[in-house]
Amino acid sequence: MGILEVRGVSKSFDGRPILDRIDLTLNQGELVCLLGVSGGGKSTLFNIISGLLTPDSGQVLLDGHDVTGCPGHVSYMLQKDLLLPYRTVQDNVILPLLLQGIPRSEALKTAHSLFDAFGLDGTQRLYPTQLSGGMRQRAALLRTYLFSRKVVLLDEPFSALDALTKSAMHRWYLDVMDRMPVSTLFITHDVDEAILLSDRICLLSGTPGRITHQISVPYPRPRPDDFKLSQGFLACKKQILSLL
Amino acid sequence: MTKKLPSITNKLPALIAGAGFVLLWQLVCSLGLVPAYMLPSPADVLRAFWFERVLLWENALITLKEAFIGLGLGVLLGLVFATVMDSVPVLRRAIYPILVLTQTVPTVAIAPLLVLWFGYGLTPKIILIVITTFFPVTVGLLDGFAAADPDAVNLLRSMGAGKWQIFRYIKFPGALSQFFSGLRIAAAYCVVGAVISEWLGGFGGLGVYMTRVKKAFAFDKMFAVIFLISAVSLGLMALVDLARRLCMPWQRVHENKEQ
Repeated sequence: MGILEVRGVSKSFDGRPILDRIDLTLNQGELVCLLGVSGGGKSTLFNIISGLLTPDSGQVLLDGHDVTGCPGHVSYMLQKDLLLPYRTVQDNVILPLLLQGIPRSEALKTAHSLFDAFGLDGTQRLYPTQLSGGMRQRAALLRTYLFSRKVVLLDEPFSALDALTKSAMHRWYLDVMDRMPVSTLFITHDVDEAILLSDRICLLSGTPGRITHQISVPYPRPRPDDFKLSQGFLACKKQILSLL
Repeated sequence: MTKKLPSITNKLPALIAGAGFVLLWQLVCSLGLVPAYMLPSPADVLRAFWFERVLLWENALITLKEAFIGLGLGVLLGLVFATVMDSVPVLRRAIYPILVLTQTVPTVAIAPLLVLWFGYGLTPKIILIVITTFFPVTVGLLDGFAAADPDAVNLLRSMGAGKWQIFRYIKFPGALSQFFSGLRIAAAYCVVGAVISEWLGGFGGLGVYMTRVKKAFAFDKMFAVIFLISAVSLGLMALVDLARRLCMPWQRVHENKEQ
């Protein structure tokens, strides 16, 4: 059994079905990508997994416990970094710890060692506006990581970045995943990004949204820089494009 | 040094215009274009200010005391109103129109009523100041609360935050800017409110002083007290700006970035 299990989740808004019996499993340390067109219900599914929305039917299990409709169990990060402009970077990233009732001094101690690991050393006392787009995204990821190290949901986390920053962030995130015990489920509509990062790709398509195909990407991570030009990558891409 | 320069050049036109105006005023009086008993010259006003300094100071203290108590209570009331109205949407819809209505009633119309109800003491003055100051604070805070980013609120909810935590970490700090804008207006209103209520009935304060010098046709003293009231209002607004800078250090970072 996986660390995160989504079982038969359906959801409709005002009688319009958005998601139809979604089944999804995320295993420990795995990076699974949810690929599909915009407006296909991907974000709704994330809102359900994070507990912000309650599904019409179905269950969300975390470590075997039912967490359907209960927020506060899995980390969730959106495309917008949502760093609060009035808090310094360190006060932003420790926010989830403060919400759990941990005193500030202790929370700062916990976060301190991770600043280096996330490539954020020296930014602790700056305000978010003083950081570049890539650095802001890193800070948002550190905040996400500090909330829960089990399951991280990323909703198009890198799509607002320019191409160069984006590929740097890909390498960086894979590096982080390599060193820390995180399992990630992430949303993208970028096929290249999906193949580059994931162990497994779930295609979500149709109205209402259904998981139509699961494609595994059987190459060890982190992948070499020329992976995007390899036969395996291109074959995978061809397969996905024909299915979409 | 380079930082100081733009602020001086920005204020230079206003300074020159102000100095020119005072000079023109002095000239009109010195040349006898207007009779001296009707329009005292700036020099006369300064002289009156100096001769009356003890009286002005004593009365200013009374006015300031009323203004501070009224402003403090008004801000407190504004905080309570805004918080309650924001967390209970029905109350917001019910109370908001009434709040707006209270602001359309002119202060000079309420003040005599308050004197009739509560006498010549401190109470009617403080009530009047509370009425005029709590409105800009309430509206500023309400707008600030309503402008909270729903995505940020959802992010905190996904982290398991409760209503109070969302208020503390998102809504209140996000509304600070609007709060201080409201407070700035309230600070200007509170002195004027105090003076008006003293004018309409009281034992001391700059408003009472004004009615006395008016009855004596002492125009120079009248002008002196007018300038004093303006100066006090400006001083209070400067204090609010200072508090804003201290409470919102991240804004300085934004400003520096833009330069």
